[in-house]
Amino acid sequence: MLSCKQASELLSQSLDRPLTRRERWALRLHLWICAACRRFGRQLMLIRLAVGKVVAETEQNENLRLSPEARLRMTRALESGQ
Amino acid sequence: MTDKTPHDWLNEHGDYLYRFALARLRDTHLAEDAVQETLLAAIKSPSFEGKSAPRTWLTGILKHKIIDIIRKQGVEQPAEDMSQYAAEEDPADEFFNERGHWADRPLAWPAAENALEQKQFLSVLQRCIERLPPKLARLFLLREVHEEDNESICKELQISPTNAWVMLYRARMGLRQCLELHWLGK
Repeated sequence: MLSCKQASELLSQSLDRPLTRRERWALRLHLWICAACRRFGRQLMLIRLAVGKVVAETEQNENLRLSPEARLRMTRALESGQ
Repeated sequence: MTDKTPHDWLNEHGDYLYRFALARLRDTHLAEDAVQETLLAAIKSPSFEGKSAPRTWLTGILKHKIIDIIRKQGVEQPAEDMSQYAAEEDPADEFFNERGHWADRPLAWPAAENALEQKQFLSVLQRCIERLPPKLARLFLLREVHEEDNESICKELQISPTNAWVMLYRARMGLRQCLELHWLGK
């Protein structure tokens, strides 16, 4: 039987790799009886969705621009790089 | 011949590329470096003429530059971290008791669809990401938003998948705890 600690590690890894059949089965069994880990799994999914949203907001934030200095530096680099 | 010059790319797409890099590297200087290296690589690329969507193409180059920068900055050396934690400082120990049960059971969070609409939730998350060690945060962001799978990210960063899982777990546990403290005000 998995401990909550092991179950939390598998839940995290399930976001990064396919679990083996044995791992999936052990995890499913643990989650069936453990509300805390079910909750934890949902939280990890929410964090992933929310991180995507935070990143998208930065990408769309028109107030974030290259500084004039950086722009000048790049212009020079492009001229000498050509 | 194309009538678009690299200077046009800088003018038209520079800010976009910068924001894209900043969202992942979370450091203005590193993000500027990534944009500059992208433009320099773009000039040298033989395939730039007749690109119908230069932004998509430039973003593709930028993604690789971002990974290069993360690798050069050095992903935290998890092997050392692991051995350092191996004795008594297993990071998971602060979250679990000696029998592997939750030391503090996860709190009930608002439903995902409500949380994602909350400005406050997203801004707390942003601050929690900023509190992570920068190298850990970059690996985590790369993994959470990157289109590539974990295996190819590890290959490009030259770290083992096992080390990546350990570090991503640490990042997620840290963020989760930070959110409970500062968003739910535990």
